[in-house]
Amino acid sequence: MNVLSYLIPISLVLGGIGLIGFIYTVRSNQYDDPEGDSRRILDDQYDKRPKK
Amino acid sequence: MTATLRPAVSACPACAAAPTAQALADSAGPQTAQIALSLPTIHCSACISKIERGLNAHPLVNSARVNLTLKRATIAAAEEVSAQEMVQLVEGLGYEAHELDAGALNATATGEEGRDLLMRLAVAGFASMNVMLLSVAVWSGAEAATRDLFHWISAAIALPTIAFAGQPFFRNAWAALSNRQLNMDVPITLAILLAVVTSLWETSLSGEHAYFDAALTLTFFLLAGRYLDHRTRAIARSAAEELTALEVPRAIRLTGEREETVMVADLKVGDTILVRPGGRMPVDGEILTGMSELDRSLLTGETLPVVAGPGQAVSAGEVNLTGPLTIRATAVGADTSLHRMADLVAIAESGRSRYTSLADKAAKLYAPGVHILSALSFAGWYLYSGDLRTALNIAAAVLIITCPCALGLAVPAVTTAASGRLFRRGMLVKDATALERLAQVDTVVFDKTGTLTAGTPELTNLDKLPRQAVGIAAALAQGSSHPLAQAILRAARQAGIPAARVEAVTEVPGHGVMGNWQGQEVRLGRAAWAGAQGLRETATFLAVGDAPAVAFIFADRLRDGAAELVETLRQSGKEVYLMSGDTTPAVEELAARLGIRHWLAEALPADKAEHIQALGDKGAKVLMVGDGLNDTAALAAAHVSISPASALDAARVASDIVLLGGDLSPVSAGCDTARAAIRRIRENFRIATIYNIIAVPLAVAGLATPLIAALAMSTSSITVSLNALRLR
Repeated sequence: MNVLSYLIPISLVLGGIGLIGFIYTVRSNQYDDPEGDSRRILDDQYDKRPKK
Repeated sequence: MTATLRPAVSACPACAAAPTAQALADSAGPQTAQIALSLPTIHCSACISKIERGLNAHPLVNSARVNLTLKRATIAAAEEVSAQEMVQLVEGLGYEAHELDAGALNATATGEEGRDLLMRLAVAGFASMNVMLLSVAVWSGAEAATRDLFHWISAAIALPTIAFAGQPFFRNAWAALSNRQLNMDVPITLAILLAVVTSLWETSLSGEHAYFDAALTLTFFLLAGRYLDHRTRAIARSAAEELTALEVPRAIRLTGEREETVMVADLKVGDTILVRPGGRMPVDGEILTGMSELDRSLLTGETLPVVAGPGQAVSAGEVNLTGPLTIRATAVGADTSLHRMADLVAIAESGRSRYTSLADKAAKLYAPGVHILSALSFAGWYLYSGDLRTALNIAAAVLIITCPCALGLAVPAVTTAASGRLFRRGMLVKDATALERLAQVDTVVFDKTGTLTAGTPELTNLDKLPRQAVGIAAALAQGSSHPLAQAILRAARQAGIPAARVEAVTEVPGHGVMGNWQGQEVRLGRAAWAGAQGLRETATFLAVGDAPAVAFIFADRLRDGAAELVETLRQSGKEVYLMSGDTTPAVEELAARLGIRHWLAEALPADKAEHIQALGDKGAKVLMVGDGLNDTAALAAAHVSISPASALDAARVASDIVLLGGDLSPVSAGCDTARAAIRRIRENFRIATIYNIIAVPLAVAGLATPLIAALAMSTSSITVSLNALRLR
């Protein structure tokens, strides 16, 4: 059962990282233009002026 | 002038103390303006990069960003850059572009609310997955200390999550309770809170059953329903906003000799305003100089333009047709006749708010039932066993199992699917309950001008006219932007009749066009001016020299799909009415052409609203389709209302559904979709009830375990969502 003492925190931390990542993407307006963003990755021009 | 919307660069007080962001923004240019463009034709990554490169290449543009989802471009540029310049630039690249009024685009407010819900949804999802993992371990046989440990960890995750993610429900429930009402959020809140409290108590006593996972999944599913609901409406709302933003409210003010373009909101009483042909009156006023004709169809429904000359009063919303007019403003902003109409709308609307949605009806039945059931099982078990803990546990289990998880999803899942389907057909459903109301419709009332008809006249007696006369008329018509002149040009072009050689073509505003053809004076215009007798129909006259004038007769062109729509509506057993402010012969003719038996002509705005009210009082569920200012009160008074995208802003605001595109035929398909959607919603309610019928006896008998609760909840929610998807 000792295995639990580190497995549980690890699972929580991993999930938490995902959650924080998601919150970051929402906060930085990354869902404003899903259509456009999915096309932009095919553009070879470096996008050096992203929306603030 | 550009639309100057300067966003606050940084909103936090700390940033104000460290003025780097502000300084950076200022250094980008002394004055920056935000320009928004609508780009309806963009569709690929090449479009994005081409337009962005083109715009960024402009020396005064700081940054330009294209949003493909919204089909919009946002440009930050120096103050002196005008939106017209940007539109021309994009059109030069080969794309259609229209300026958007940045003031009318407040999508950020709805975006903020959606983001807030999404954030809570994500947190609830994260927490429920983790707690579910721990719960699975408990269900599969964790014992004693391990089980307690798992329960405590679950509690540590669940408590803060529920405090954060459950807030929308808590707030709504509190609002309802403080109004002494019950809504769906009251049992939800009670179930979540009771589940958390009993689970904590059980955990502290090393009990076997904890419902942390149930409380969390419940929050998660319900938030998903809320988010779907919100997003559906946000999409429709932002599309409707874009329609409004496309009409940038500007006017040309004359100060001394100078012309300046100002926002309509900045006009004051007494200002002198220039309205060019084709322009719309921005305010109420009085004509100072100029002769012209005014198209008042959006205000009154009349198709015939009226002559306008100095001294005459004009109302905001009228369209100037032939000559430039200068007017002195007598009423601006909220005092204009356009805005006074809003009062009528407000009165009419108070009637509609009485409609209770299906979800509310379900809640009214459901909420007291659940509370009573739960209270009874608590009382029963307390009397039977004398143990408060058991009784409370069972009461909580009853609440959780009956909890309206599926009910919460039943409506939004269906409306999302249905609204999405209607959106693809060009109907924007703006109101949450519009679909339900549309499904009940048994009477349809149409406005004439601009709704059933396209508002553009069509020449009807071309084959009876001499070719030469048409040629001369076409030549004269080229000198005018009057709708009748344009109609002659179109007809001549379609018939392949070339324009004759007419010299010295001049437009006499308010009368017509004159010119010189083979040494004779030719005139095209009003009856009296061309020396002819007026006719009952819409007509214009051509006089060649001293010969008797030839009449060109017009009829309003039917909108695409109008005839088919009236036919299908009648076939499906609905009563069809026509109500118009236009003259009796014009209305009678159209009613006969479409086979509409009930019609009303020369109706004032209040008449229309009254008639609709009367129909409603007789028990009819009226769908009003209209576009003009004279329809707004009727639109608001009807059970449900639709306006085409070409309608005045006020009419679009008053209606529940906006029809994009020029075709009317989606309306009948919309009614069918709405009825199908309501069938699905009712089915969903039945599915949810069946789950409850199976699970509730178990809960009341004290046999429910957290595992059963979780299974019942998830399966019912998933079934309901899948059922909604069948609508596609």
